[in-house]
Amino acid sequence: MNRDVPEWPEAVYFFGTCLVDLFFPEAGLAGMELLKSQGIRVIFPPDQSCCGQPARNNGRPDEARAVARQQIKSFPKAIPIVVPSGSCAGMMREHYPELFVGQPDEAQARAFSARVYELTWFLVHVCRMRLTDHGRPVKVAFHASCHSRREMGVHEEPRQLLRALANVTLLDLQRPAECCGFGGTFSVKQPDISGAMVRDKVADVTAAGADELLSGDCGCLMNIAGAMDKAGSPVRARHIAEFLLERSHEC
Amino acid sequence: MSAEPRQSDFTGKARIALDDPKLRANFRRAMDGLMAKRGAQFADPVEWAALRARGIAARAGSLARLPELLEQLERRCAENGIQVHWAETTQEANAIVLDILQAAGARRVIKGKSMVSEEMHLNAHLNAHGIATMESDLGEYIIQLAGEAPSHIVMPCIHKNKAEVAALFADRIPGQPYTEDVDQLTAAARRALRGAFASADAGISGVNFAVAETGTLVLIENEGNGRLSTTLPPLHIAVTGIEKVLERLDDLPPLLSLLSRSATGQPITTYVNMITKPRQPGELDGPTAVHLVLLDNGRSRVYCDPELRDTLRCIRCAACMNHCPVYTRVGGHTYTFTYPGPIGKILTPQIEGLDCAGEQPHASSLCGACAEVCPVGIPIPQLLVRLRQEAVSPTSTAVKGGGTGGSLMETLIWRATTLMFTSPRLYGAGSRLMGWFGHLAPAWLPGLDRWTRTRSKPKFAAKSLHRLAKERGYPDA
Amino acid sequence: MPEPQPARERILSRLRAAPARALPADPAPGGPVWAPPVHGDARLTRFRAMLEASRAEVHEAGAEDWPEILRTILAAKGVGSVLYAPNTATGRRLAEAWADAPAPTPALVAYDRPVEQVKPMLVERIDAAVTAALGGIAHTGTLVLWPTPEEPRLMSLLPPIHAVVVDRGTVADSLSAVITAERWTDGMPTNAVLVSGPSKTADIEQTLAYGVHGPKELIVMVIG
Repeated sequence: MNRDVPEWPEAVYFFGTCLVDLFFPEAGLAGMELLKSQGIRVIFPPDQSCCGQPARNNGRPDEARAVARQQIKSFPKAIPIVVPSGSCAGMMREHYPELFVGQPDEAQARAFSARVYELTWFLVHVCRMRLTDHGRPVKVAFHASCHSRREMGVHEEPRQLLRALANVTLLDLQRPAECCGFGGTFSVKQPDISGAMVRDKVADVTAAGADELLSGDCGCLMNIAGAMDKAGSPVRARHIAEFLLERSHEC
Repeated sequence: MSAEPRQSDFTGKARIALDDPKLRANFRRAMDGLMAKRGAQFADPVEWAALRARGIAARAGSLARLPELLEQLERRCAENGIQVHWAETTQEANAIVLDILQAAGARRVIKGKSMVSEEMHLNAHLNAHGIATMESDLGEYIIQLAGEAPSHIVMPCIHKNKAEVAALFADRIPGQPYTEDVDQLTAAARRALRGAFASADAGISGVNFAVAETGTLVLIENEGNGRLSTTLPPLHIAVTGIEKVLERLDDLPPLLSLLSRSATGQPITTYVNMITKPRQPGELDGPTAVHLVLLDNGRSRVYCDPELRDTLRCIRCAACMNHCPVYTRVGGHTYTFTYPGPIGKILTPQIEGLDCAGEQPHASSLCGACAEVCPVGIPIPQLLVRLRQEAVSPTSTAVKGGGTGGSLMETLIWRATTLMFTSPRLYGAGSRLMGWFGHLAPAWLPGLDRWTRTRSKPKFAAKSLHRLAKERGYPDA
Repeated sequence: MPEPQPARERILSRLRAAPARALPADPAPGGPVWAPPVHGDARLTRFRAMLEASRAEVHEAGAEDWPEILRTILAAKGVGSVLYAPNTATGRRLAEAWADAPAPTPALVAYDRPVEQVKPMLVERIDAAVTAALGGIAHTGTLVLWPTPEEPRLMSLLPPIHAVVVDRGTVADSLSAVITAERWTDGMPTNAVLVSGPSKTADIEQTLAYGVHGPKELIVMVIG
């Protein structure tokens, strides 16, 4: 992604996202640990909740704006906000400015947006993270969420991190850029179409021969892991942050 | 007049399509092929970006001056001898076409491919008044024989495989044996249609671009049926939407390149047919009369909203549907109305009304694959979200049928979640409750029941990240 | 007397009342779509390669000997009748050269009457047609046809084989270059056509098939 790389910061904020907070806290914690391991002070503001994307995507801009204001208020210092989700980061970075057009706090929203970074992008470009692999040989596939790929322009960075691990074989999917079918409320408004999409994604992962499926987004993971579990697949699915943290620990 | 259902029932039709393995396979194969061909054409990202920027500028620039350009087009056409007609509705457009045909005593019409004529249900209207219409694009011919509607705006019979076409031809073309040889099937269509071209009293076509500067109608195609339909019969009627106007002839090269490469992965289509006048004195062929019918059908209303106006940039290349994971799985007929896929999901609700096609803007995961490949940069996901807004906004006036969607229950749910997400205390309490009792949520709960058709029930974490961060001693400021 | 059109007024007044909106910038207004790396021979090479990629046959010939070369090509394809334009330079040259040619020489049929008088013959009974091209476009491998009263539109469309004579000096880089150089904005002819290969379709299972409605074969004689 073409984006100015900020100076290495002494401290960053961590925005956990509601999905991570409620369902995958270990993914968030791993992200924070990775940042901490780079010598950065990681601040977790307790008043944070959700980026507001569900409301925005469902045509509820007033509700989305109210939720967004809560986040803007909770991250007051001019330091980077790191997010373990390309989708939530995309909402905060790409859609807050448009959501606040003509609002009295438009300038604040813009300033907030400019500070938002996706976790793997931040690890690669700002931290220039060096990884040592302490794990056993494993074959993994990576699924970049659509918003990570298309809104944040982040899909090479996680692959770059994985390729740096000596014992990890990164497999290619047949249709890496195809949506897994999650789409937030789409998965419940159109469960049959969404179901067909995720079954195809699971088939793609299975055909690739992966032991693990990694992603930078817990929405996709909840969807894909849920479908794999239901189908009795032995493939493990988890957030890339957890995987990276585990691999970098000495056994 | 039209027999069109007023409700699209997207969800119900999608379910049927998803259960049809042959249909699924036909679309998957076709879309994979079209994506690969387009990808090969735009292998150079720098060239793609530059060309697309020019395409956007040409379409947006022409739309910005649409009223003047329509008048200029009308003036130029009149000077050149092409008669221009205006229709606010499809009924008006059908009546205009019928009048022209009846005045000329035409009984048989040969048609080039035109999505606007599909939008008008023109064939049904003309047939009801005793005028025979024959589709001449191979794909359109096939679906006309089958009594179906197009399932794709560039490749109308993409939902059929060659065995289905072979069976159809053997059944419906006299003397045609069953063969799956595509060359032989194509030759059979050529033979069957030659006579129809020669005996047609009129040809009806669409228009890809209408150039205001010179009054030129530009039609692109590979088969030659469009050229035949607009050259061989003594009368040519072109029908088009009012948004197809281009300001200058210079706008044409970038758009031709974007359109052909995006649609079928060709550098250029076999034919670019530029029609500026009817047959002139001394000329030996070509129609002696040419008419242009400009159809509004809700487009001027779309135009009135500066954001939704981008919908009208569309050059109908179909790249959005070729790359759409939803379209690929449900096919074009699921969308009921003329324009399927992502462009249909933003256009149809605006033309037909959110009250009858309001489901469609929600039938998207907002993955953005469509906008990524759109050669004229239509922000389709953004417009889908905008239409979702218009559907539930009680004060909506921008879109037909606005404010008719969304239940009270939905509104209450959004209010409640907003309350929770804006109050740290409520959110904290809520997340603890979900951690303790979330696993007790029954699988029949609305929403969860749909989720668990394909997936296991999501598990709430025992401790939220909020609590873990605190326990691990992460600073909170 | 034009009919009054209330629809027109209503449509236009709605459009005129719509709010204006800032426009995306045109990065290169009026500039060519394609910056050609080709000149001279390279341009011709590209022209030929692109045409051949669309399954056209391309032959290079001299200004004098092209009718003879074309005769051999057509005779080898078993062509019996060739539609030609008797009052164009290309047509005259063809007629002269073929007048004393040895057998097998296809019979020349002049297109010199209105289509209404010759429709069945044109639609069903001609094997090939020979026309000139106004020029060529290297970028896409395209022939520019401007039919005239002397060389009508259907010649390049109805017969199963279309042979086109194009002067190598008229091959331009791009469509933009042609539009500018030929001053198309000053006035367009009744019909202008860009042709980039034989008629084709992929409507049945994305399988390419040729000659569905127009010519199944396109023969390009690059002369000069």
